[in-house]
Amino acid sequence: MTETAISVERVTYRYHNGFQALTDVDFQIRKHEFVAIIGQNGAGKSTLLKNLVGLYKPTQGNIVVNGINTRDISIARLSTKVGFVLQNPDRQLFANTVEEEITFGPRNLKLEQAEIDRRLEHALEMTGLGPLREDFPMALSAGDRAKVVIASVIAMQPEIIILDEPTTGQDRRGCAQIMDIAKDFQNRGFTVVVVTHHMALVADYAERVIVMCQGQKLLDGPTAEIFTQTQALRKAFVMPPQVTQLAARLQPQLGQQGAVLHTKELADLVARQYFSGKESSIQ
Amino acid sequence: MAEIMVRVENASFRYPNAKEYNLKNINFEVEKGEFLVIMGENGAGKTTLCKVLSGIIPHSQEGSYFGDVTICGLNSKEHALSTLTQHIGIVLDDPESQLFTTEVLDEVAFGAENLELPVDEIRRNAQWAIDVVRMQGYEEKDPTRLSGGQKQRVAIASALTMQPEILILDEPTSQLDPIGTLEVFQVVRELKETYHMTIIMVTHKSEEIAQFADRVLVLHAGEVLAQGTPQEIFRNQEVLDKAWLAIPQASEVCVALEQQGIALNGFPVVLEEGVQQIGQLLNGARKEMGA
Repeated sequence: MTETAISVERVTYRYHNGFQALTDVDFQIRKHEFVAIIGQNGAGKSTLLKNLVGLYKPTQGNIVVNGINTRDISIARLSTKVGFVLQNPDRQLFANTVEEEITFGPRNLKLEQAEIDRRLEHALEMTGLGPLREDFPMALSAGDRAKVVIASVIAMQPEIIILDEPTTGQDRRGCAQIMDIAKDFQNRGFTVVVVTHHMALVADYAERVIVMCQGQKLLDGPTAEIFTQTQALRKAFVMPPQVTQLAARLQPQLGQQGAVLHTKELADLVARQYFSGKESSIQ
Repeated sequence: MAEIMVRVENASFRYPNAKEYNLKNINFEVEKGEFLVIMGENGAGKTTLCKVLSGIIPHSQEGSYFGDVTICGLNSKEHALSTLTQHIGIVLDDPESQLFTTEVLDEVAFGAENLELPVDEIRRNAQWAIDVVRMQGYEEKDPTRLSGGQKQRVAIASALTMQPEILILDEPTSQLDPIGTLEVFQVVRELKETYHMTIIMVTHKSEEIAQFADRVLVLHAGEVLAQGTPQEIFRNQEVLDKAWLAIPQASEVCVALEQQGIALNGFPVVLEEGVQQIGQLLNGARKEMGA
């Protein structure tokens, strides 16, 4: 059994008009990882995702998902292994009720009714959409519409879930709810890949970050390590979260090692330093 | 006294099938050269308010509308949309719905062409707008084939080309990378400072709001919940909780310190203030230690 969920092997992708969106991209994603892909608009992130889910096939190189080359499997079959949540959830919604939307995929797989019901309940439970099961999807709030799309992807029981800017236009609550569902999915033993411009969410949820720049992989590493490389990140039109920048500026006084990723973490560092200063002044 | 560019008086609106009013008795004013941000949770009425401010409501959106919106001295009910658009530009949150030509440059120039400005001036304005949004080299590309963030920037450039007195932007940076987001806010500041343009923007991006906006108006369930400087709003825990607003991370650190009984000398909303105030706190502790 392989421990690699996705293997991107020296992938180059060229559109029909000749535009080369990806150049020699190479990385492996292990099972159970939560990986964020970041980078400027037009860096090739969405093209890369479409290759991962088999909608596009590499011009050169290979993509291997759970040991299967995307060239050797139909998109329909692959969608039972890799779930894809598009950038604009409204493009994926079409049914009259939330239930109908969620069960559409499983019904197409011609599963038994009991199994369809089981998957529906599971997806409703994971997304907290139970109370809205009879509602018309397009009439829901932006946050709930995004959750319906995620629920319908979960109902296909993929082992990998790929989200393309899932929090675009969401308020604070929507962002947290969507990312918490992805985290829960990972905690249940699965793999999550998310493309986002929201650096605070990257810091809070992803363990590993891949930075894309002009169709190439620029950086790849643990989140805390990536967010110390301010110069390189700037080349990809991204910046570390504000709390990371703030902690870096205070480093001479705090003396911490590596990047600080969370506001609570920085507050604790400051408090410890402050109280230890006070204590020594009393002694 | 500063010139009032937008005046909203007792404005209410309900979409045809809505159970209750989507906007309820809204009142506020915006001065010339001011940068006002509208914040609020999903469904609070932010986009509907943009439509009211730009005259789309009542002119091309059905529903029940009451109240008065005065734009550059013109009551929006009494003047045609074509008159209002000479003063006000709007960028919607779904750029796709605004794109329809086959070349970026045409797209950016289209609105201005409709205003029958001289061709040279339109070309010059369009190129300036394209440069401003960092889309040089894309002039001849097909707008529908651009990435989400690029489409968003083209939509902004289209509005800029018309050089309106008032610019309304509904989540103009939702699909942009962090530097692209910062650049849009920098552009807005330039439009405000150099051209005295009045800017009204819907956005959730609290760190940029703190750095660039003059004033924040918080909508909640169709009503104005609060108005104030970014500092005042981000300090108001009651408003933050009710409207689910995100605050800058520098402010979050301050709140977390307060919970541990540590008070900073101020309430930081931008990075520099955080560096300064936390630095001061730590230096103070050290000084006491030395003394």
